[in-house]
Amino acid sequence: MSKIHVTTRINGDEAEFLCDAEETLLDVLRDHLNLTGAKEGCASGDCGACSVTLNGRLVCSCLVLGAEADGAEIATIEGMASGEKLHVLQQKFLDHAALQCGICTPGILIAAKSLLEKNPDPSETEVRYWLAGNLCRCTGYDKIINAVIDAAAEMRKV
Amino acid sequence: MQYAAPTTTEEAARLLASNPKAARVLAGGTDLLVQIRAGMIAPDLLVDIKKINGIRDITAEGGGYRIGAAVSGAELGEHAGVVAMWPGVVEAVELIGSTQVQGRCTMAGNLCNASPAADSVPALVAADAVARIVGPRGERNVAVLDIPRGVGKTSLEAGEFITSIYLPKRPDRASDAYLRFIPRTEMDIAVCSAGVSLTLDSKGIITEARVALGAVAPTVLLVSEAAKALIGHKPDDATLAALGKACSDACKPIDDKRGTIEFRRDVVAVLAGRAARIACQRAGGSL
Repeated sequence: MSKIHVTTRINGDEAEFLCDAEETLLDVLRDHLNLTGAKEGCASGDCGACSVTLNGRLVCSCLVLGAEADGAEIATIEGMASGEKLHVLQQKFLDHAALQCGICTPGILIAAKSLLEKNPDPSETEVRYWLAGNLCRCTGYDKIINAVIDAAAEMRKV
Repeated sequence: MQYAAPTTTEEAARLLASNPKAARVLAGGTDLLVQIRAGMIAPDLLVDIKKINGIRDITAEGGGYRIGAAVSGAELGEHAGVVAMWPGVVEAVELIGSTQVQGRCTMAGNLCNASPAADSVPALVAADAVARIVGPRGERNVAVLDIPRGVGKTSLEAGEFITSIYLPKRPDRASDAYLRFIPRTEMDIAVCSAGVSLTLDSKGIITEARVALGAVAPTVLLVSEAAKALIGHKPDDATLAALGKACSDACKPIDDKRGTIEFRRDVVAVLAGRAARIACQRAGGSL
């Protein structure tokens, strides 16, 4: 069967790939485009490790088909830092030791960035609810929540 | 498997009708892609309806709102007009899944997945919402209540799909609310749930009501006895006790890992009462 030809933009750069109908956006990112920041945890939309934004909207890339990316604008963790300079959220995750094994971290950073774009001054409860679809089995979440709140405060100063 | 993204409803209906057993509609994909991955279904063709003109729009119509079948939960929750007119429907839709799932999931998908525990469905039934369906024989409008026909089963015929859901106009002093019980605070499936939509007169007496229950029967239940218990009254303790009894009597729950028959019967009465109070408050009534 012939492959589907997809043209899209990823982190601001034009990208093209060929995929099968069955392949998810996560499969395409990791296996065709070598963007392995988004992780496959559950592959069923429960863990959030594969989080990316699709046309500005936070989604699980395991629940999007590669074919659906045609003409879309995608942002992944690879586009978060500016060269060597980390995003405030990334730096705060280091400062607060908000990660251990790191599998959930790219998804949580993408989800947190999406929250702060919508709500620059979220309450702790708002952060916890927004990130409820991002599972972390290491940290117990408190350090993650503190890092996000601290990053939000830092970003509001600018 | 093949993937198609038609740009008109006619083309989508033709594709679905050409292979009615093995074609599936893709909107948000938050149930469909999970079911494919789990091996529960193996469609030959996915018809992505999101490129159809207007299917991602929310349009004011006849004093109410027409919600395109591919409007996501997140988009619905950002629409000030719908939030003001149908807050119970919006809060029900927003309970579906995580933030990530909200970016993709749709009311029409939640309805067509036909889970007894679907959060948006009792709220839509309480709202007397109407689904617009397109298929090989043209277009028809069907009450949301008449879409689910069993666990995982709908009344849609081969080749048909929902293009929009209409939330009707409502008078002043009318509102709605939806509550569900889950054992945690987020990311769970309703053990039981209740949607209430009602209208008050100038004295705060309920003049019209619709009460719908979720996850207490194979399909959503519209409980006319529960509505009767509300009409003519304020949401006082005696009225809510009668409402609760009507709900407990109407429900036909099962025992499963999420709850027992007895628990669901009791809790659904409490949820209906609380939802009725919230709807009254939203409609401008006092308690």
